Amino acid sequence: MKHTITIMKREFAGYFATPVAYVFIVIFLLLSGFFTFDLGGLYENRQADMQAFFRWHPWLYLFLVPALSMRLWAEERRSGTIELLMTLPVTLPQAILGKFLATWAFTGIALLGTIPTWITVNYLGDPDNGTIIAGYLGSFFMAGGFLAIGSATSGLTKNQVIAFVLSVVLCLSFLLTGLPPVMEWLDTVLPKLAVDTIASFSFLSHFDDMSRGLIEGRDLVFFGSMIAFFLFLNALVLDARKAH
Amino acid sequence: MAAMIEIRGLEKHFGPLRAVDGVSFDVHRGEVLGFLGPNGAGKSTTMKMVTGFLSPSAGTVHVCGHDVASDPVAAKSVLGYLPEGAPAYPDMTAEAFLRFIADIRGFSGSERARRIADAVSKARLEGVLHQPIETLSKGYKRRVGLAQAILHDPPVLIMDEPTDGLDPNQKHEVRALIRDMSKEKAILLSTHILEEVEALCTRAIIINKGRIVFDGTPEAFEAKAPADVTKNRMDWVFRSVTTGDAETNGAAQNSAPATVGGDA
Repeated sequence: MKHTITIMKREFAGYFATPVAYVFIVIFLLLSGFFTFDLGGLYENRQADMQAFFRWHPWLYLFLVPALSMRLWAEERRSGTIELLMTLPVTLPQAILGKFLATWAFTGIALLGTIPTWITVNYLGDPDNGTIIAGYLGSFFMAGGFLAIGSATSGLTKNQVIAFVLSVVLCLSFLLTGLPPVMEWLDTVLPKLAVDTIASFSFLSHFDDMSRGLIEGRDLVFFGSMIAFFLFLNALVLDARKAH
Repeated sequence: MAAMIEIRGLEKHFGPLRAVDGVSFDVHRGEVLGFLGPNGAGKSTTMKMVTGFLSPSAGTVHVCGHDVASDPVAAKSVLGYLPEGAPAYPDMTAEAFLRFIADIRGFSGSERARRIADAVSKARLEGVLHQPIETLSKGYKRRVGLAQAILHDPPVLIMDEPTDGLDPNQKHEVRALIRDMSKEKAILLSTHILEEVEALCTRAIIINKGRIVFDGTPEAFEAKAPADVTKNRMDWVFRSVTTGDAETNGAAQNSAPATVGGDA
């Protein structure tokens, strides 16, 4: 646990040692503001809720989260520091978890930066704040799922661009499986059981539940197990390929 | 006295290639073992297996009695390792980097401060502590790597080409540092510089194509050259045992308490 925290602290500080952190937070806030107020029409809807805000998060994360996670392991491999890290008295799970938690905490901070939107909604009307908290929690967990995918793909390669593209494609596939047109098409080519199985892995539908205020155990368990599964995959990949 | 590093029948296969093919030797306290061989002979691969970065295809490594395969964390905590090229996190300052290493090594408070100060003074890093590592010269980067490796005063020190790419003054300093530490440690270092073996090492092992082809003192190594070779005698022996065009090929000497090559 102590080692995990030490690695997490180093990784977290790393984001602020370069402009990465500031660029990411500014872009995240600008885009989420643009989507919420312009495209989402927060004012025009005349509803005191944050649907217009949360609805865009999956698509925002699709590009921003892989940009954050792409360097996690690719950079360690390119610069050779992975050899240093893996010969210190830490285990591979400690290192993977420490780095993942650092990035996840960072997205949490970016998310906290959107609190002014929440305040605005409360100022303009009388929203159900429980729903909004559920939305934030859902958004945070979905970001965790994307990050775990990004961490695993980052472990595959020394090249951050490849890591980025691979993880966008993987994340996209977990989003598309929740879109009605895609599902309707799948219905025509696959048996019902397969389609239902694929649909149950959709980030979109699990997040939709939560952003509507339904904190259900199964949605949290879903994102939790996605994180666990991809970090486990991350460990397998690193163990097999760390020296290449 | 038990060996600090004990390597038995070590092998590493990459597909059909046997990068390391049955290497066995011991390193004892007080020994500075120079590990030599042509590029691609398996030096770095062997060191990566000793430090637990790579897992062997066959064979075992014990560091201070800890099996690297079954108890890697215990083995890694008693060894210091300078990987090839001395990798370090470029965004961090030298001080932040050493603090990170000290935290991972389990030091805190005044003990941590003392360990860092000690490593900094041994590696002579005082002037560059607050600079990001990416802005440091090659020599300083190497010293940051050395400071990192000796921070916990490990009984076993493993260094992959510690003086590669340094200027003569820097080489001299790094060698002096290694010599200072050599009495109470078991040191395994790889090098391409034969004079370094003469200047620094108590013993030399030459590997070629993954097998040990010489194991003995630097004097014994040099003595293998015929009397009519007067200049660069070590170079001559090195060439003859690694290219196989001389009568010395494969004739491993066993003057040190270790087993030699083959299928031990």
